Amino acid sequence: MASSQIIIFAIIATSLATYISRIMGALTSEKVSVKSKIFKWFNCVAYSTLAALLGRMIIFPAGVLADSELIMRLIVFFTCIAIFIISKKNLVVPTILSAIMLNFLIQI
Amino acid sequence: MINSQAFFSGLKSLRGARSPAIPLAACFIALGALLKDAGFNIQQSAASSFFTYALPGQLVMAESLLLGASIVNIFLAVWLVNFRLYPMTVSLFPLLEHKSQPKWKYYLSCHFLAVTSWLIAKENYKEINKKNRIDFWIGIGLGTWSTAIVMTIIGYLAADSLNKEMLIGLAIVNPIYFFCMMISAMEDIAIATSIILGTTLGPVIFLFSEEWSLLFAGLIAGTVAFLVGEKNGK
Repeated sequence: MASSQIIIFAIIATSLATYISRIMGALTSEKVSVKSKIFKWFNCVAYSTLAALLGRMIIFPAGVLADSELIMRLIVFFTCIAIFIISKKNLVVPTILSAIMLNFLIQI
Repeated sequence: MINSQAFFSGLKSLRGARSPAIPLAACFIALGALLKDAGFNIQQSAASSFFTYALPGQLVMAESLLLGASIVNIFLAVWLVNFRLYPMTVSLFPLLEHKSQPKWKYYLSCHFLAVTSWLIAKENYKEINKKNRIDFWIGIGLGTWSTAIVMTIIGYLAADSLNKEMLIGLAIVNPIYFFCMMISAMEDIAIATSIILGTTLGPVIFLFSEEWSLLFAGLIAGTVAFLVGEKNGK
């Protein structure tokens, strides 16, 4: 287990590594016009990076999710996305259902 | 200094049928429990969400600590996983820009940029007039950020009463919510291509390079999607 000092350094390192991307983004934004092509490109890259992260979270997760089986995560994923589309984009039902479903699936 | 009407309409995005409060609560409660497991005390756990407020990076930090990684390695690993915040900021902040607004608002409020707040802002910014959009954003940001901090503390305190199955259940809520939000955002072919290609490439490139997968998948999928969009006259 890590010592208290290491933990504090880790928090500082993590926060700095995260804020750098945010502040760089804010500074770059000052030079980017909403109508430009570069803005459209950034928009595509933002959505695809986010999608890549989410795809990875389902297929190769970090944290506790890694202890569930892939097939169960996929069942939950496809069921909840289908419910989201069928229910005309209700967000509350699929999100709550996802937790209940996965919790149930890993116990059987 | 801050337009209170715009600020509160941002803050109110925490309520209603598209509220991010449930998924935020689920994932930060799970994080609080995980941090306790990794040897953090309650102040350190709260500080982590206060100063970082980006879940994937915090997960990487906790796991790296458990594996005994060095601080430099943690810094690099977190930077690579949270680099997405750079294109995300550049694809949001120009929409919030207004000459009459002071720059410090942008420099401070960029800390609130995370997937949840970004998706909400992208969905609703058009409803607010251009001059007050940054205050609307600060409202969204403060609401989601403070929810995350409070939920981390609750997760830490509740860690002993949450069993592993419950934590796994909580951890899936976040990606499901984000996917639903992204499906709503697929309004033109460029964005739809970005999302579908990114989701596929992320795990595929991960097989070759764990650390660089997000950066490469994002750049490749995003650039292809941009070209597809241009070709289709958007």
